[in-house]
Amino acid sequence: MLATTYRRPYRVRAARVPEPVIEHPDDAIVRVTRACICGSDLHLYHGLVPDTRVGSIFGHEFTGVVEEVGANVRNLKAGDHVLVPFNVFCGTCASCSHELYGNCENVNPQATAVGGAYGYSHTAGGYDGGQAEYVRVPFADIGPTVIPSDIHVEDAVLLTDVVPTGYQAAEMGDIHENDTVVVFGAGPVGLMAARCSWLMGAGRVIVVDQYDYRLEFARRFAQAETINFREVDDMALHLKKMTDWRGADVCIDAVGCEADGNFMQTLTGVTLKLQAGAATALHWAINSVRRGGNVSIVGVYGPTFNAVPIGSAMNKGLTLRMNQASVKRHLPHLIEHVRAGRLKPRELITHRVPLEEVDEAYHRFSAKQDGCIKTLLIPPRAGRIDPPTPVARPPSTHLH
Amino acid sequence: MNQATDHSHIPDWGVDLDPAKRPAVPMERTPPRLDGLHWDRPSQQPRTVEVLHSIERPGITPVFGTSAPPKGLSGWIRRRAFRRSESDLSHWMLLLLADRVNVAEGLADDVRRSPRARAAAFGLAGAALALWVLRRRRT
Repeated sequence: MLATTYRRPYRVRAARVPEPVIEHPDDAIVRVTRACICGSDLHLYHGLVPDTRVGSIFGHEFTGVVEEVGANVRNLKAGDHVLVPFNVFCGTCASCSHELYGNCENVNPQATAVGGAYGYSHTAGGYDGGQAEYVRVPFADIGPTVIPSDIHVEDAVLLTDVVPTGYQAAEMGDIHENDTVVVFGAGPVGLMAARCSWLMGAGRVIVVDQYDYRLEFARRFAQAETINFREVDDMALHLKKMTDWRGADVCIDAVGCEADGNFMQTLTGVTLKLQAGAATALHWAINSVRRGGNVSIVGVYGPTFNAVPIGSAMNKGLTLRMNQASVKRHLPHLIEHVRAGRLKPRELITHRVPLEEVDEAYHRFSAKQDGCIKTLLIPPRAGRIDPPTPVARPPSTHLH
Repeated sequence: MNQATDHSHIPDWGVDLDPAKRPAVPMERTPPRLDGLHWDRPSQQPRTVEVLHSIERPGITPVFGTSAPPKGLSGWIRRRAFRRSESDLSHWMLLLLADRVNVAEGLADDVRRSPRARAAAFGLAGAALALWVLRRRRT
C-alpha cells in the first residue's frame, strides 16, 4: 500500500509498504478515505520529537471504511465509514475511567508521560498513522465513531483532532461571560479555539500570529481581532495596553514548540535543541494574562524541559491547564454543533491533494506557502464517498 | 465579570456559556460516557517484534504499536536509552541521537535499494577517488 513514511528531517515520502494486519482481537483494519496534515505533524517532520524512527507512517487525523475486524469486535462491521479519534485508548484504565482518553495507561509502553496516538513517533506508542491507504485501529469497539449520514466527510476528518482540540483549548480556559480571550497561533486549532471562545461567551477574542494571510483568515472565520507580532515591540505590553492594563482573562497557547518571535527561545529550543522547543507563545501567554487568569495549553512541547516564567505564573496566581484533547468525550456535542452549522470546520481546508504528493504538501505547509491553512490528503483507494444526506431532526437539547 | 458588549454580530454567541453544557467539565468525570465497552481489562497483544518499554512501568502495555522496531546502531542506542527513566534527560538525548543515526541508516538503505541512488553514490565516490589520485600525482 501507499503510505507517508518518515525519511529524515524535512523529508517524508509516499512509499510502498506492507499493509497492516489484525494484531489483537479488538483491532480493525480501516481503508483510509481522507487524512489531514496537522500542525503537530510538523514537529515530527522537523525532527523535534524524540524516537521518531525512519520508516514510520505519519498521520493522526483520518476517516476510513472498515475493511476487517478482529474476533472480539462487536460494534463495527466491514463497510462502516468511521472517523477515528487521534487518541488510542483502552476505555478501562484509571485515566479512561475518568474520560481522560488522551492519557490512557494501557497503550504506550515507551513513555508513561504520553498517551497513545496514531502516527506520532514511538514516544506516543509506535502506532502507524493514517496518512496511508490502510491503518490498524486498536480498540475498534470504542475508538471509532460511525460518521452520521448528514455529516460531510471533510467535517468528519476534522472532528478527529482539530475541532475537539480547539474546543477543549477554550474549555480549559474556563471562559466566563464577556471574558477577553487571547489565542496565540492562527493555525487550524487556534482558529477553532477562537471560534469556540465565542460559543462560550467571550466578550473579546484576539488572535496573535505572524502571517497576515492567517490573520485575515482569523478575522473572517472567527470574527476575531488580530495582532501581527512582527509589528509589535513587546507582546505582553501591547496586550496590557489593549486590555486597560489588566491583561487578558484567558490566554491560549495553540502554537507549541516551534514558536517564532524570540531569538533566544528559537536558538536554544529549535536550532540547538537545548530545551524542548521554543516556548515563546507560552512565555507570552503567562506574561499577558491578568492576575488570577487562566492559561490553556494545547500546543505540543517535547518531553524534556522549557524555559518559561513559572515564577510570574506563581506570583500572579494563574491557573495553568493543559492536555491532549480527549476527543471521544467531545464528539457527541461537537457533532451537534457541526450539524447545526455553529461550527464549520471544513472551511479551514485550503488544499486537497492526492496522497502521492504528500512530500510537496508537507513542504508547502511547513513553509507557509500558497496560503496554506489545512491540507487534506486523498489516498488512491479512497473510493467514492456519497455526499451527506440532510436528516430532519428536532432541535437538539442534548448538549450534555 | 467584564463589561457587557454587543455580540449580535457573532453567530451562536454564548450557546455553551453554561459550563454544564461543556463536555469536559468537570475535567475528571466518572463513570465515563463510553458506549461499546465489553471488557474489564484489555487482553494482551502478542509481541511479534521487539518493543522497548519505559523503566517507569513494569513491562509492555496490553496494546502497543509495532511500527519500525529498533535495529542497527540506532536500535542499540535506543536500547541503552530505555535503561534510563523518562525523568533522566539523557534518556531523551540518547533517543534524539538515535534518530539522527537512524537517518544515516535510512540514507544508506536508500542507496542500497535504489539503482539511481546507487549510481549517484558510486559516481560521487568515483569522482572523489579520481580527485584524490589527481592531487597525489600533482604533488
